[in-house]
Amino acid sequence: MEKKKLVIGVIGADVHAVGNKILYHAFTDAGFEVINLGVMVSQEEYIEAAIESAADAIIVSSLYGHGELDCRGFRDRCNEAGLKDILLYVGGNIVVGKQPFEEVEQRFLEMGFSRVYPAGTSPETAIEDLRKDLRIE
Amino acid sequence: MQAILLIDFGSTFTKVTAVDIEAGQLIDTASSYTTVETDVGEGLEFALAKLKKQTGLENFQKRLACSSAAGGLRMVASGLVPALTAEAAKVASLGAGAKVMKVYSYQLIDEDIEEIANIKPDIFLLTGGTDGGNQDCILHNAGMLVDCKADFPILLAGNRSCAAECEKILSKREVYRCENVLPQLEKLNIEPVQRHIRDLFLRQIINAKGLSREAELISGIMMPTPAAVLQAMELLAKGTDSRPGLGELFAVDLGGATTDVYSMASGAPTLENTVIKGLPEPWAKRTVEGDIGMRYSAAGISTAVGLERLSQLSGLKPQKIVEMIKHTEQNPDTMPNTPEQSALDFALAAAAVETASARHAGIIEETYTPLGQTWLQSGKDLTKVKTLIATGGALIHNRDVSKIVTHALYNESVPESLRPKSSRILIDRQYILSAMGLLSIEYPDVALSIMKKELEDVSI
Repeated sequence: MEKKKLVIGVIGADVHAVGNKILYHAFTDAGFEVINLGVMVSQEEYIEAAIESAADAIIVSSLYGHGELDCRGFRDRCNEAGLKDILLYVGGNIVVGKQPFEEVEQRFLEMGFSRVYPAGTSPETAIEDLRKDLRIE
Repeated sequence: MQAILLIDFGSTFTKVTAVDIEAGQLIDTASSYTTVETDVGEGLEFALAKLKKQTGLENFQKRLACSSAAGGLRMVASGLVPALTAEAAKVASLGAGAKVMKVYSYQLIDEDIEEIANIKPDIFLLTGGTDGGNQDCILHNAGMLVDCKADFPILLAGNRSCAAECEKILSKREVYRCENVLPQLEKLNIEPVQRHIRDLFLRQIINAKGLSREAELISGIMMPTPAAVLQAMELLAKGTDSRPGLGELFAVDLGGATTDVYSMASGAPTLENTVIKGLPEPWAKRTVEGDIGMRYSAAGISTAVGLERLSQLSGLKPQKIVEMIKHTEQNPDTMPNTPEQSALDFALAAAAVETASARHAGIIEETYTPLGQTWLQSGKDLTKVKTLIATGGALIHNRDVSKIVTHALYNESVPESLRPKSSRILIDRQYILSAMGLLSIEYPDVALSIMKKELEDVSI
């Protein structure tokens, strides 16, 4: 079966590169084809990469607390660009300060993200969800 | 003596260069007007007669030619995302020496097909999707192109997963399939496309442009002129197995209608904490500014830099500049005979070189992240390139060439533009670069040593 394709990267003015590399290896080892855009990625770059490569999911990392601002309007832009049903995951230290994760998750789900992960989530959790969402046996 | 003749059928001039390959020396050059309306052979004969008068030579062991006559190699390309496959297609075409008439992104519509039929390109480059990526766009575009009224070959260099299907859709047209120009987002793959473009150029385009009768006399028209120049630059930078080259270099070719810029350099970041954006850059890169040239495109320069800047560079009043540019465009043969015309020519050339080199070079932006200062680089960082080459009729005959060309270098008032910081300036006084590119196919050592000898250091 053809490999499912993921576009990954760290959004905004965020230069945390280590987690990004860990995710790249974890997803690749799990059998995905991974297009890694690295750090400081804009919404536009994720979307363009996903269009050209016909990706199945976009996985956004944010470690520096400004994720909510950086992710605003992301789903709308995907829809506008014709990526209508693409999976959109986000994870990391995505908001500032100590907020209950359930509230944060709710806000991101309302923004159109398919799944939301708190800091400290292991890559395996996301891989499992991807397999479910992409119906990989 | 073993003399070889190198011919460049230019849009205005046909230039001949004689080289003694035994002695490894340039013998002489001559030129005459290109006669594309009748037969390009006429212009060539005039040029050869001149050369004979100068040197007494008329028998050559071999004759090789390049051509940019009759509009050059005119191409149209299409891709999916403007910054990705469409850009890759454009970069590949320019690097093959083509004149890129238009680049389309996303799905072609009826009006586009009509426009393409009017352009009548020599080759259409159809791309879109990385390998295994998007198929809809290129399949749609193949379906649109199949009924395009004009006759031109289509070069297919998109997503390999649907290449066979595209070929089938286009089966009633002339279509060639080659490797994807952008197989992965982080991997630009322009060489296979460029080889195909060159093959097509050799096989057919020359016939169509009335150059074939001439081609019988000469050993062959090998490539479009810009491809020959690119080849010469690459040789000059890299050297051969036995002789070293000059290392990374940057070159500006200022003409009457367009300005070409070349860089033979990796363009890797020179600052720490730099994040690179955009497509990977080819080591040998050519860009063309179609709106910037000394005569036909003089107004384009003024639009690009503004009258203020031209006034500053020339010392002339803006109103005067407007009048003079209008006159220049209508009379492209204008020579700088008056002090005012010389001043304007200086300003136009400096501004053209400045703009074209800035568009070619990469850009760096400083940003502050919560973790401190970071740099964002798009395009090539050429700040450490040590050699700048000036060529093109408008530069090499100008007395102020070294002063003009310094405008291609790094400028403190535009620190984001990553142009060379301290380069020596070499000028192609004999206008031999395209000839040396041709010569390098078989005699790279001779071509390299002639270039090293003939390019004149005019650094201030």
